[in-house]
Amino acid sequence: MSTTSKRLRTLVATGAFATTVALVLAGCGARVGDDTGGGKSSARSCVDTSGSTVKLGFLNSLTGGMAISEKTVSNVLHMAADEINAAGGILGKKIQYVQEDGATDWPTFAEKTEKLLTQDCVGAIFGGWTSSSRKAVKPVVEKHNGLFFYPVQYEGLEASPNIYYTGATTNQQIIPAMDFLASKGVKKLFLAGSDYVFPRTANAIIKLYAAKLGIEIVGEEYVPLDKDDWTTQVAKIKAAKPDFIFNTINGSSNVGFIKAYYDAGLTAATTPIISVSIAEEEAPAMGHEVTGHYASWNYFQSLKTDTNQKFIDSWKAYPKSSGVTSDPMEAAYISLYLYKALVEAAGSFDVDAVNAAAKKNTITFAAPEGTVTLDGENHHISKPGNIGRINASNQFDIVWSSGTFIKPDPFLKGYDWFPANIRDQLVKAAG
Amino acid sequence: MTKLRPRLSLFGIGAFALLLLGVAPLLLTDHWLGNLGKYCCWAMAAVGIGLAWGRGGMLVMGQGVFFALGAYSMAMHLTLETAGDGVPGFMVLYDPLAPLPAFWEPFRSAAFTLLAIVLLPVIVAGLLGYALFKRRVKGAYFAILTQALAVALATLISSTIRETGGDTGLSDFKYFFGFVLDDPANRKLVYLITAALLVVCLLVVRQLYRSRFGELLVATRDAEERVRFLGYDPANVKLVAFVGAALMASIGGAMFVPIVGIITPAEIGAAASILMIAGVAFGGRASLFGPALGAMAVGWGQSSLGSTWPDGWTYIIGALFIVVILFLPNGLSSVLARFTAARRSPGEQPAAATATLQLEEAKS
Repeated sequence: MSTTSKRLRTLVATGAFATTVALVLAGCGARVGDDTGGGKSSARSCVDTSGSTVKLGFLNSLTGGMAISEKTVSNVLHMAADEINAAGGILGKKIQYVQEDGATDWPTFAEKTEKLLTQDCVGAIFGGWTSSSRKAVKPVVEKHNGLFFYPVQYEGLEASPNIYYTGATTNQQIIPAMDFLASKGVKKLFLAGSDYVFPRTANAIIKLYAAKLGIEIVGEEYVPLDKDDWTTQVAKIKAAKPDFIFNTINGSSNVGFIKAYYDAGLTAATTPIISVSIAEEEAPAMGHEVTGHYASWNYFQSLKTDTNQKFIDSWKAYPKSSGVTSDPMEAAYISLYLYKALVEAAGSFDVDAVNAAAKKNTITFAAPEGTVTLDGENHHISKPGNIGRINASNQFDIVWSSGTFIKPDPFLKGYDWFPANIRDQLVKAAG
Repeated sequence: MTKLRPRLSLFGIGAFALLLLGVAPLLLTDHWLGNLGKYCCWAMAAVGIGLAWGRGGMLVMGQGVFFALGAYSMAMHLTLETAGDGVPGFMVLYDPLAPLPAFWEPFRSAAFTLLAIVLLPVIVAGLLGYALFKRRVKGAYFAILTQALAVALATLISSTIRETGGDTGLSDFKYFFGFVLDDPANRKLVYLITAALLVVCLLVVRQLYRSRFGELLVATRDAEERVRFLGYDPANVKLVAFVGAALMASIGGAMFVPIVGIITPAEIGAAASILMIAGVAFGGRASLFGPALGAMAVGWGQSSLGSTWPDGWTYIIGALFIVVILFLPNGLSSVLARFTAARRSPGEQPAAATATLQLEEAKS
């Protein structure tokens, strides 16, 4: 026994010594305050465009709870890539895409982003849906100085130099929805949302704006994304007797909410719902007729433009089609074309060159929702605000429109009711 | 043989350490080295499960709880380090004017954080284990209870978004105890620390298995009443193994945070806890290397098969799990053990630690 323990002691000592040496050798990295060693300067792109193709990464949840929504986004990206390839590619190079699965798991999104950037050496990554997935991707694309195109409306208060946002920020969806409610004479509003970053932040902004508009918030309820029992929350809504319900619930939890809503005897005639996550795809899947309820989006399939008709026709003809078009799909479709326009304006796939081209504020794209312009400072695009009411065929009749294209304002700088000290804190926290 | 076996396991650990600390950093790209670091974190939790379940017979189905204690302690410290003097950004989003929650405040201190990573799981597992083992809670009741705790903690974190980051989790860490995390050299350092900690965990359980305590633990697993009649208190023996397992899970969780860069309730809930068990069962729960290698194999499968075959890989792991449970109840490592035992002397029993497992299964 004594010989073994002696041997063990030697081994432990050797191990400890080897570890210490290894750590000392490795521990020459940058520390807080160093600007030279770490960060972007060390990130070197490995994108290879010497051949006839350019690699792009598509990253969406193909499995797990969000797959039902994200698969469509992923398919429309494939369609856009096919279209661009048929028309000659980007700068003459055909798109060769690498599809990855985020699996509705945020650390997986981070891991796959790193894989796409450093192993597959893609020029840019497209996809994501939930704000949580974007927040997981953000530090990784920033670290490797990559590009991420995010196609879904979100809560704003973000502007990363490595992300392009082709969905609406708050002043293009939430604020138009509130303006619409004010124009309808709504006095009492109830907020119902999923318990994660988007609904919480959106509702914080709604409460600030409601105070300015003289709308009273009579209640606020949250249920986790993966839960769908809304019975007790709907009972509270019924007791509060609001004029309208502002719904920021995401995903299949909406089905449970709608069920509880009708079970409680509420109807669109007395207590209508305005949603920011129910579109043409989701409306028929609610398990209940949702005619007469509203949604706030930038794009609706019912928009009457020539580019939209072309978009709908190509989507319906596409093999992986779901039959209807929706706002997040359209924004994903825009994102790939916007990248093409950026690269062609820059004359290069280099990230810094692309960002420099964006800075000139001349990048536009004739999108199905109208001609959108990219803001080179905050990387968002201009969009029209539209409110649609669901009709019997689960399409949206447009009942209100902002008229003009709304310039993106993620930090709500143009809105005096948004407290400047909060904005400063947020900008500071975002670094 | 008695002289060869201890040397063999030491040589094994030495070779494993050489691979992880010497060869891997030279051969792997930064991305795969980061992934390997992540598997090492799961492997640490798995080594603990091997101790508690494989040798101690306690099916710990909620190691996510202890993984979370370490992970969230570390994540809170790194979040505060990134935020500087201010309140973390995500808290400003939900309620701009509220101050930092009181339980976050001590995590500003690096020393407190390191102490918390070690002491929190010891205290929680100690109290929980004392209450359960003294009341002789075991078998399925114990397993369900630990599993329920993991579910409850994940739900609690999801529903307290302002205090814990909720379902979105905590991410976007810039610094690690003063080191810039973006720097590849520092990331390698974090990896090396993690791999070294895993080697230390293996050395600790090896020593435990070879000690009189190890014998007592196996005896408690196989015949708890007899151990009691011999004058030992089985509750104390189990308690030590349970606390050890919790501590290893906590350290694994703590290192998971700087390596992966994000922690969410999904990583600590029921599914994550079961995946940890799956790796252990796959590799061989009662062996020294089985749990660690099994957990690393499952992690690798998730990264690489999940990429090439997103819809199919969960079926693969499910099928593998069924096959292993049906035909190799002691995991893949038992194949090797049987093989070497058969070669040495036909008909001789394999190592005592694995042979008696069937007995325990028949009893529980």
